[in-house]
Amino acid sequence: MQLTAENLACSRGGREVFAGVNFSMPGGEALVVTGRNGAGKSSLLRMLAGLISISAGRLALTGAENDATLAEQSHYLGHQDAVKPSLSVSENLRFWAEFLGGRDAIGAALEAVDLVPLADLPAAYLSAGQRRRLSIARLVAVQRPVWLLDEPTSALDVPSQKRLAELMRGHLVGGGMIVAAAHGPIGLERARELKLGPA
Amino acid sequence: MSAFTALLARDMRIAIRVGGGALMGALFFLIVVTMMPFAIGPDLALLARIGPAILWLGALLASLLALDRLFATDHDDGSLDLLMMGRMPLELAIAAKGIAHWLTTGLPLVLITPVLGLMLNVELGAMGWVSLTLLAGTPALTFIGLIGAALSVALRRGGLLLAVLVLPLTIPVLIFGVAAANAAIVGPAPFGPPFTILCALSLASFVLGPIAAAAALRHGLE
Amino acid sequence: MAVIDLANPTRFLAVVNRVLPWLMAATILAFAFGLARVMYAPDDYQQGATVKIMFLHVPAAWLGMMGWGVMTVAALGTLVWRHPLADVAGKAAAPIGAAFTFICLVTGSLWGRPMWGTYWVWDARLTSVLVLFLLYLGVLALYWTAEDPGRGSRAAAILALVGAVNIPIIKFSVEWWNTLHQPASIIRSGGSAIDPSILMPLLIMAGAFTLLFFTLHLAAMRNEILRRRVRSMRLMQASRA
Repeated sequence: MQLTAENLACSRGGREVFAGVNFSMPGGEALVVTGRNGAGKSSLLRMLAGLISISAGRLALTGAENDATLAEQSHYLGHQDAVKPSLSVSENLRFWAEFLGGRDAIGAALEAVDLVPLADLPAAYLSAGQRRRLSIARLVAVQRPVWLLDEPTSALDVPSQKRLAELMRGHLVGGGMIVAAAHGPIGLERARELKLGPA
Repeated sequence: MSAFTALLARDMRIAIRVGGGALMGALFFLIVVTMMPFAIGPDLALLARIGPAILWLGALLASLLALDRLFATDHDDGSLDLLMMGRMPLELAIAAKGIAHWLTTGLPLVLITPVLGLMLNVELGAMGWVSLTLLAGTPALTFIGLIGAALSVALRRGGLLLAVLVLPLTIPVLIFGVAAANAAIVGPAPFGPPFTILCALSLASFVLGPIAAAAALRHGLE
Repeated sequence: MAVIDLANPTRFLAVVNRVLPWLMAATILAFAFGLARVMYAPDDYQQGATVKIMFLHVPAAWLGMMGWGVMTVAALGTLVWRHPLADVAGKAAAPIGAAFTFICLVTGSLWGRPMWGTYWVWDARLTSVLVLFLLYLGVLALYWTAEDPGRGSRAAAILALVGAVNIPIIKFSVEWWNTLHQPASIIRSGGSAIDPSILMPLLIMAGAFTLLFFTLHLAAMRNEILRRRVRSMRLMQASRA
């Protein structure tokens, strides 16, 4: 499995956000995208997720399922948690698992983010960090080779950050790949860095 | 459960939970219909004659205004991104949301119509016909309204913009809905042709609405 | 905050639990007595037995209006004195008031059928009650939509006060509107003097309905307090996990 970006460019509303981005990564590797505010970290991730169109260049994922697009083989963890306050914690997770075509791994996923005691509570009662963890549980419940994480550690306390790092390591060991946008370390030892914007 | 039914069930569940807007459309319908006699006057004979038109106008406004937040909530909490990335085509996801919305908002309108008809002195037999035309026609209103809901999210504007965009598109539904209802109640024109056209409008918008709404979301949310 | 919140309602709950069975018994007795008197009340020479709908209809109308009165007092308590029980009282009164108003509308409509030949007439009094019902539905919708009970009850308190100011204006304008185009089909009900054989059962029924209102209101307040406790316990559960 290989994710390749060649000369990727993004322009939004006539303004060039970034250009000439090149990287190529095999399965089992992580890429941390860094750069100052406005350098286009989030835009790059959204481009990988297929949510904004590619202005120039080429993007390809080879060696995985051939009939599915990159977006369909990716998990995207954006700034928002995609959690409905009126549904319970487990209802929220079960919906995304069913929508994304997951197996019945909901219990294990809640276990992985330590939300089992809160499974029946309305998500409205959750704190920001707990909502974030519920959002992360989605990545565990449904198998996807590519994880696109936009500042995944935001709102998480230290134990939750460690747990997330473990999940990410497990994903990499299983041959998956991670592209994460971050300002600080995200807890992965062997991650390549891609710096966007002027040095 | 497939992705389609999962989304359908989720939207219905949210609509009937605390804070959901399931009955708000019916409430709006009731209030709009109640307001009419204050403007027109309490003359029962007159109200009975224009009752079907009042009911259709009320149902039209109620089903459009209730659509306002259909995509906006999903957009605000990031769900829409995931819906767009899913393996199910966005058109189908939108159709699922549209069906859930009609079941929780459009159908209650049809169900309370007989009560409102009573207040407008429309006869019980005639009420059945008006309800039938609403049952056939409100899906068209919802699925045409989807386009407006998608556009207003893409443009990051809510409320009246949706009504301004969509109301002109619903004119045919209104024409044939009221025509069918009147044909059934007073004649002399036959009920069949306008009612068949009404059903055709619903079926066509069931297909075209999600396609147009998906296009609006894809191009608008870049 | 939690301590202040619970202190007063706890004492209130104890009182409610002691008072409620007696209130219930009194309600049942009053209804038994009132309904027996209604049975023996004479039929109207014009309307026959249908006049007996009045014994439901009129008290329901009074209680529907009283419900808004309770909400108005509770609203003052919420906004001015910030009493923790006030918004519970207001929230509990809304659906009960709406239910009585609804009963008034339905019985009025059933009464109207034999009298006017139609289920609904845009008569000034009936229409005013309908508008009151719509106002109730607005308050209920507000409670229904607000996720945070505190914010919802303050908003509903403001709406209750606005309604209290507006209801007389609405009633006046509806009457003016109705006389402006008075339809010929309306037959005014009831004479100016009510016979004591009808007035007494009516007053007893009104008393029974009032007892019923307060029984339901206290029970609903208790439920609301318990519901809020469940909510705060679940919130604590979420913050501890």
